Amino acid sequence: MRADVVVIGAGVVGAAIAYGLATRNVRVLAIDGGDRDFRAANANFGLVWQQGKGLDMPAYQQLTRGSVELWPNFSAELADASAIDVHYDRSGGLSICLSEAEFETQRTTLLRLHNQLGGAEADWEMLDRSALVRLLPTVEFGPDVVGASYGPDDGQTNPLRLLSALHAGLLRRGGALRGGSTVHAVHSDGSGGFTIEFGSERVSAARVVIAAGLGSKALAAQVGLDIPIRPQRGQILVTERLAPFLPIPMQGLRQTREGTVMIGSTRDDPGFDNSTTVEAGAWLSARALRRVPALRDTMLVRQWAGLRVLTPDEYPIYAESQSHPGAFVAVCHSGVTLAAAHAALLAEAIAAGRLPPSLDAFHQRRFDVPQAA
Amino acid sequence: MFRKLHEPEAGALTIDIDGVPAMAEPGESVAAVLLRQAEPWSRLTPVSQSKRAPYCMMGVCFDCLADVDGIASVQTCLRPVCDGMRVARQIGKRTIGS
Ligand SMILES: Cc1cc2nc3c(=O)[nH]c(=O)nc-3n(C[C@H](O)[C@H](O)[C@H](O)COP(=O)(O)OP(=O)(O)OC[C@H]3O[C@@H](n4cnc5c(N)ncnc54)[C@H](O)[C@@H]3O)c2cc1C
Ligand code: FES
Repeated sequence: MRADVVVIGAGVVGAAIAYGLATRNVRVLAIDGGDRDFRAANANFGLVWQQGKGLDMPAYQQLTRGSVELWPNFSAELADASAIDVHYDRSGGLSICLSEAEFETQRTTLLRLHNQLGGAEADWEMLDRSALVRLLPTVEFGPDVVGASYGPDDGQTNPLRLLSALHAGLLRRGGALRGGSTVHAVHSDGSGGFTIEFGSERVSAARVVIAAGLGSKALAAQVGLDIPIRPQRGQILVTERLAPFLPIPMQGLRQTREGTVMIGSTRDDPGFDNSTTVEAGAWLSARALRRVPALRDTMLVRQWAGLRVLTPDEYPIYAESQSHPGAFVAVCHSGVTLAAAHAALLAEAIAAGRLPPSLDAFHQRRFDVPQAA
Repeated sequence: MFRKLHEPEAGALTIDIDGVPAMAEPGESVAAVLLRQAEPWSRLTPVSQSKRAPYCMMGVCFDCLADVDGIASVQTCLRPVCDGMRVARQIGKRTIGS
């Protein structure tokens, strides 16, 4: 079997890149792992979000903003390609503040972000409680809510629909997808291309993209890239379906189009462990009730945990191997938000065989510690 | 329509289902009483508004949800009756707040 590009991993990152390549008429094969793999793409919260992101890394703020800007077109084109509606709403987004101190911190953070980008006009505002109530008259906020920051470009999608749309779009645009096939070896074929091995099969490709989430580290090492990534557990609660009452998502609380309310997410580091805990359930419930006390007697129908894919500074790694040119790595948190950029900018770059200068800042060499004298 | 093997006798109590009085016996579940009614369904689904009736009778299928004494989405197969209880079949999505 031969392909122009093999993408290893078909989570939301790999699938977005592969879909983007297929729409550019590149012969692409995406290879995804086993059923028991950790899959952040199946566990995430579904925000398409820029507000508050990218402190001290303007390139990331830029990338996120660019992706959010692309999302309306991206989701429309994806619906065309896949016949799946990903339930994207550019509804605006809120970050609720539960004390004056939180309100002040949020304002300062957003101001710092704004200054780090320079130039652009502020596209967010701080809302005090009465402005918040005017914006969302259908919600009764808890007494601790002092206000919120509001980002008009933020929004939400259904991440499971997104993933299946990317898979379907990839296939319908002429790409190929192999599931249940854990890649164990990637190596140079001696003539500038690569051989990729899974099970007893092997495929050749001119280029290879490693986008295998937490599985990326072991694969990247085989093409001379040392990528420092670690799992971070996040837990989420989901309620029964409720009549629509929350048209604008909040960080940590959103209502899906089906009516369920998602409550998220915790952060802890138990390693490669995606079990749920009672403590997390209690913490999430309490936090949601401080925001919207009327959720008090709704039924929870599910609790789950997923593992985030984090680098030391929590920003993405996009890199091409120096020892194995043509081998790329793409790992990141916020792969839902970034899906539009991955399907456009990143796919374009990989089709061209070179990452653009705008992605230089994301090379993993930023983590290389200078040798002490 | 389901009916009991025996008629409720001494100790029978009455619950209200959508304004209609229904006879019940201490110890039985609200779902069991619902199933004996001329209209044995408990809810309309939130998405397609189709009828559902108690099914598994052991707390796993959630088809028996109804409003009991003002609280929505109660699994009626797990809720024993008591005298004067008010049951309302649940129509579509539950609402929160006032
Ligand atoms: C609780 C939680 C909430 C989140 N909320 C948001 C949010 O609101 N918004 C947002 O933008 N992002 C969010 N994220 C982040 C987002 O889910 C991730 O950034 C994204 O899923 C990463 O995608 P991925 O494809 O890199 O990894 P995954 O989704 O983990 O996929 C990796 C894939 O690689 C495959 N694989 C692994 N090893 C191999 C191998 N050797 N061979 C072949 N295939 C392999 C696996 O089978 C898997 O399918 C959240 C994450 C979590 C955990
Ligand atoms: S009948 Fe199945 S949960 Fe009540």
